Amino acid sequence: MKTKAKNMKRRKFVQKMLLSLTALSMPVVLTAKEKLKQLQKWILGKDYNPFDHYWGMGIDINKCIGCGRCAAACKEENDVPQAPFFFRTWVERYRIFHDGEVRVDSPNGAVDGFEKQNIEKGKVTIRSFFVPKICNHCDNPPCVQVCPVGATFKTPDGVILVDKDYCIGCRYCVQACPYGARFINPISKTADKCTFCYHRVVQGLVPACVEMCPTQARVFGEIKKKASPLVRFMRHHKIGVLKPALNTEPKVYYANLDMEVN
Amino acid sequence: MEEIIQHLTPLLKEISGYIYPNEIELHWSLLVVIYPYLTGLVAGAFILASLVKVFNVEALRPVYRIALLTALAFMLVAPLSLLAHLGHPDRSFEIFLTPNVTSAMAMFGFVYLWYLMAVLFLEIWFDYRRDFIKWGQEGKGLKKWFYKFLSLFSKDVSPKALAFDDKAERVITILGIPSAFLLHGYVGFIFGSVKANPFWSSVLMPIVFLFSAIVSGIALVLLIYMIITPFRYKQIDEKCLDTLASFLFYAMIIDFSLEILDFIHRIYESEESIHILSQLVAGKLFFSLIIVQLIIGMIIPLATIAAVKAFNTPAELKRLLYFLSALLVQVGIFFTRWNVVIGGQLFSKSFRGLTAYKMTFLGIEGLLMSIGMLVLPFLILYVLFKLLPPWKDAPPAAEIPAEAT
Repeated sequence: MKTKAKNMKRRKFVQKMLLSLTALSMPVVLTAKEKLKQLQKWILGKDYNPFDHYWGMGIDINKCIGCGRCAAACKEENDVPQAPFFFRTWVERYRIFHDGEVRVDSPNGAVDGFEKQNIEKGKVTIRSFFVPKICNHCDNPPCVQVCPVGATFKTPDGVILVDKDYCIGCRYCVQACPYGARFINPISKTADKCTFCYHRVVQGLVPACVEMCPTQARVFGEIKKKASPLVRFMRHHKIGVLKPALNTEPKVYYANLDMEVN
Repeated sequence: MEEIIQHLTPLLKEISGYIYPNEIELHWSLLVVIYPYLTGLVAGAFILASLVKVFNVEALRPVYRIALLTALAFMLVAPLSLLAHLGHPDRSFEIFLTPNVTSAMAMFGFVYLWYLMAVLFLEIWFDYRRDFIKWGQEGKGLKKWFYKFLSLFSKDVSPKALAFDDKAERVITILGIPSAFLLHGYVGFIFGSVKANPFWSSVLMPIVFLFSAIVSGIALVLLIYMIITPFRYKQIDEKCLDTLASFLFYAMIIDFSLEILDFIHRIYESEESIHILSQLVAGKLFFSLIIVQLIIGMIIPLATIAAVKAFNTPAELKRLLYFLSALLVQVGIFFTRWNVVIGGQLFSKSFRGLTAYKMTFLGIEGLLMSIGMLVLPFLILYVLFKLLPPWKDAPPAAEIPAEAT
């Protein structure tokens, strides 16, 4: 009988202990809930329901003239540091020669465009083109998979974002991205990347790079709706994605992609 | 901001071929080399200790406690290097509070805590309990209460209680072996599971990490044992030393075979990345990978130990050669970590160019900090040796009768 009473006491004790521990976590839960509410209010205030959309981008390599306005506009729009080591989008120039040599460059991410370069005598160029690069907003994103705290995540509308107030700066996501699309923001010391200009998208605008492109080489739109410019783009071109073998399922679709691009 | 620009600008000139513009900054630097190196020593030292407890290798008894305390000292420092490397160390606790279950790194906290609390602390406590009680009774003043506290005020030294200690220790060690495997295997997995990086992405990575960990742990305990024994005016136990060298040799053979297998496999499969990787190994990594890791850190010590075992080497020379071999092994394993961590970031994921790494001297990511991280465990170990002398219960080596070993 005595032991039973003792057991009861212990059980009560454990119960109370657990209860008080739960109470400790209450403020966290409350503030998180409060924050989520604020976020929802902000998004709904824009009359935007993320569950109604699924975003992607199309890039027509044949249309890109390498002016680099997209890269410059992105830096401007998103306060990306101007130093030549941090890019949310950039443009690469490919030159393929008759002897099989491939030269790729992207001076300052093509923010200032490309300068004409003289090629040695006797070298014959057989193909030359520009490839705009951007975060592929993968459907199977390795960066989201590896983030230890869940600071980088996929939104319901398919955009990969980073919460810079949550990121611990371990840089694992930078290592995991096969496309070099991520960098560490030197000011916030957290991971940074293309957001598809989410702040513009929720207001019904297109990303700054798309807006700026003088040749409409970039197309932004819905992947799953029939009446979308992107779906039309994908119907009218043969489409490729970057590094398909890695099964990251990119949502940036290239038309007229060359085998040398990676 | 200015600082990083100053650091990165000269690197622009060191790049060969084409790299993605964001790849100029090398993200995991020296501190992340230190981390797997230190955890490897922990796992290795613990597995060495388990040889005594679980596999009853009695010859290694003199280094059993040294190995345990070494594991503890290095375990305490290992996460510091990771913490210092974070952009926001103040948020590191989020790994425990809101871990992302799909992240290999998120498991770090749990594997670490489990290993430190459930394995190392408990095993050391059970092993030392009897001594804590004894020291608590013999000591005076603060010391007395310190040991009494360490023993958690237990007093029972009856044969039954001691038998329980021994049994508990055995059970913990049996649990500890997979835990040590987990600890370092998961470090290998962090690298091995990055499919974006063909230099890392390998299913063998956790196993290679594990065996190189065992190699480095045994070599470290051998070094510590050989250094401190003369300082205590004691004789080095030849049998123990020979057994240590033998186990070091076996572990190295496995480690070497795995590395060669990985090497041959890559060349034979000859995937897309082979061109840039061979350019890397033949160029920027040639010295640290081929010369230091492979020749100085592996082949020379292997040959030396084999020669010592094969020929009837005089004891003095034998000790010297063991010591030098273990030292070379340490250098080799450090560069193994270097080659994986730094080497794996020296090529562009576009497979079209190589980047560069410039080490700084001062600053959090600097050389000085890393040297500090490597020295700190030895300071902790010194304190641990003072507080918990690992040799009290063992008779000096010379007095062990021959049939005991």
